[in-house]
Formats: sequence, C-alpha cells, structure tokens
Amino acid sequence: MSAIQSMNMPITTEIPTAPNRLWILTIATVIFTALGFVFAMFVAKTDVNQGDIQRIFYFHMPSFFGALFGFVATVIGGINFLRTRQTRWDNLALAGVEVGLALALINLATGSIWARPIWNTWWTWDARLTSAAIMCLTYAAYLMLRGGIENPEKRRMFASVYGIVAITTAILTLVIIRIVPSSIHPAVIGPSPQNAEGAFEFSQNVAMALGPNFIIWGVLIPLTLIWWRIRLQNRVDVVNLRKAEALSE
Amino acid sequence: MTTPLLKTVLAIIRKDLRAELRSRELVSTMVLFALLSVLVFSFALELDRNARQEVVNGILWVTLVFASILGLNRSLATERELGGMDAMMIAPVPRMAIYLGKMVGNFLFVLVVGLVLLPLMTILYNVVLVQLSLMLTLMLGVFGLSAIGTLLAAMTAQTRSRETLLPIAMLPVIIPLLLVVIAVTSSIMAGDEYLGWIGVLSLVDLIYLVLGLVLFEYVIED
Repeated sequence: MSAIQSMNMPITTEIPTAPNRLWILTIATVIFTALGFVFAMFVAKTDVNQGDIQRIFYFHMPSFFGALFGFVATVIGGINFLRTRQTRWDNLALAGVEVGLALALINLATGSIWARPIWNTWWTWDARLTSAAIMCLTYAAYLMLRGGIENPEKRRMFASVYGIVAITTAILTLVIIRIVPSSIHPAVIGPSPQNAEGAFEFSQNVAMALGPNFIIWGVLIPLTLIWWRIRLQNRVDVVNLRKAEALSE
Repeated sequence: MTTPLLKTVLAIIRKDLRAELRSRELVSTMVLFALLSVLVFSFALELDRNARQEVVNGILWVTLVFASILGLNRSLATERELGGMDAMMIAPVPRMAIYLGKMVGNFLFVLVVGLVLLPLMTILYNVVLVQLSLMLTLMLGVFGLSAIGTLLAAMTAQTRSRETLLPIAMLPVIIPLLLVVIAVTSSIMAGDEYLGWIGVLSLVDLIYLVLGLVLFEYVIED
C-alpha cells in the first residue's frame, strides 16, 4: 500500500463523475463550434482571389493556436509537477500534449487542403511547414518517451522535462516566418514575407468570422478536451488502484 | 559543506578526459563514424562540383549531429553502467556541476570530431572550410548540441529502449539550432554578413544551456 501512496494516486476508489461545469462547457463548445462553422462557411463573404477555399483559414490558424494552448498547458503542468510532485499536474501535461497534437494535425491537414489549389501542391518543404511538422514529431517523441519508462514516478519527471523543452519547437513555428524571409507562408498578423503566396486582406469581414472561431478552436475546444482527458486519466488511476487492491487481497 | 561549483566541474571534466585518453573509446568511434558518413554522403548524393558547394554544410552538420548522438549515448550510458552517476549523486556537489561537467566533456569530444571534419571535408569536397569564422560557428553549434543533448541523454539512458530513444527525442528539439547554424555556415561560405546570425545562434545556445542547468537535477534524481 505504501508503494501505491508514494505514487501519488487518489486514496478513494470511487469512479469520479464529471461535474456539471464540465457538462455545461461541453454543450457550449458543441453549440459554438456549430455556430463558428456557420460563420466561416455562410456568413463570411467569399474571397475575391481565392474563392471558397479561403474559408478553411478560419479553422487552420485557430487550430494552431489551440495546439499552442495545449502545449502551453503541458509546460504549466510540467513546471508545477517538478515543483510539487503532484500527479494531477502531470495529468494536465499529458492531456495538453494529446489534445495539442490532435489540433496540430488538424492544422497541418487543413493547411494541406488549402495549399493544393493555392500553391498547387499538397506539401512543400517551406520553412514554416517543416517546422510545424517537426513540432508534431517532437510531441510524438514525448509520447514515445513516456511509453519507454516503466517507473511511473520517473516517467512523470522525464515527461515534464521534455514537455518544457519541446515548447521551443512550437515557439519556433510561431516566429519562423519572421526569421526566414524566403518562406512562402503568408503571415496573418503584420506584413507577410516577400515571397508569400496566398495572402489576403485582413478585412472586417475576415475578422468577423475569424474572431469567434479563434476563441472556439483556440480556447474552448482544447480546454474541453483537456478537461475530459484529465478525467479519463483519473479513471485510469482509480482502475489501477483497484487492480492493486484486488491483487493484494 | 559542498565542493565549489567550478572545482567540481573541472574535476568531472578531468575525469572524462582521462577516461577518454586511456580508453579512446568515444572520440575514435565518433571520428570513424564521421569519416564513414562523409564518404557515404558523397557516394549517395553523386556530387558534382556545383552541388558540392551547396550541400557541404548540410553534410557537415548532419554528420556532427549523428556523431554527437553516438557520443552522448555512450557518455551517459557508461556513467550509469559503471556507477559513476551514483557516485556523483552521493558526493556533496551541486547537481548543476554534474551537468556542466558532462556537458563540457561531450562538447570537447564532439568539437574534436568537428575539427577533424573541417580540413578533411576541405580536401574531399574541394571547398575551403578551414576558416576562423567557421571554427567559431562550429564551437557555438557543437556547444548547443551538447547543452541540450546532455540533458536528453541523461533521460534516455534510463529508459527501456535506451540508445534508440535519444535520436527520436533529440532530433526534433535541435531543429531550431540546426536551422540557425546552417544559416550561419551558408552565409559564411557565400561571403555574406553573418554576425547577426551568430547572435541568434548564441541566443539558442543560451536557451539550451539554461534549460539544461535548470532541468538536469530532476532528470538524474532517483
């Protein structure tokens, strides 16, 4: 039993149920996601140069910031885990990586779909595209690192350290179009690189559809998913505890 | 009463250098690997004279990265296997000193590989690489590799898959460094202004060093 307690697991073996706040948040997120979709697809006017394909941008950029939200949560979880050694902070870090990675893949996929008609290719080894792919690989490596360590205490410790180190690749992806002038990826805020292809005017019309979707994909969706993922992890912990109890009897 | 930081760091470096001088295990493996890699690249890419100019810095840095992964794996794994890490943990020394000591040791070993590669590639690829500015870049680049690599290798040395995990954990994380260092090397070789890039490179090094200094103590804790 002492071994279990030292692993920082909850003492109770009751299956935790989701609080009402989480249900409210979930329902709100679903409704807002649908509304955001309507805004992006029907309310915003069609782009003069790019046509309807430009609408995918309303999901493309916000999902990157959603990924960033998850990865920042990982850093916060990591730092706090190293400070306090409480398992819940590591659960936050893990949830951040999984949710962030999913959103980063959505970001890559939507970008690819957009690039097909605009750049005439699904993928090009542009600086930003490459660094976004590298960012995904870094977090895939995070999950592999976790899988490679059996001792749970050590696993949490190493994962926290790697989660903090890994944020450098996310920051790089954010700033790379400012430091690599040859990038063809347009910048949304501020001037685009000289060679940018497929930039469009940041009009009021664009802002109207981008604003809601930015909050939905950048905050609401990652927040809801991370919360659910933490609850799932709590259940896993309870199951493990019960298993340990059953074995010790 | 703990031993002062600098004294400990120097002691660990001296230990690593002495072990290396007697066994010649690390540097010889890394140099041999680097030679093979350079040759394999020249066959694989079927370089003509123009192509050589363009890819030579890529070959240099990819080779150095893989050589450093090889060295880092050995350096930290040996420390674990032979109980060196346990001894250093028991000793009343600041944990930071262990990191700095191992880091500087790895830095020196990879630097030797780099210093062998520069004249060698100058001869083999017919591109002048023996320049003071390139040596400075080499030092800064290798420093960054060792700074983040020592931290990550200390972790992966304790995992189940060991040697295989370090490249997977390290390669994506060093991309910012690689990007900057390649930019410095190509500007030097093209004769462009490169001091600004050296500044960025130093900044990346500093970030890696701070991450290593702050996080290393958690990684070696038992």
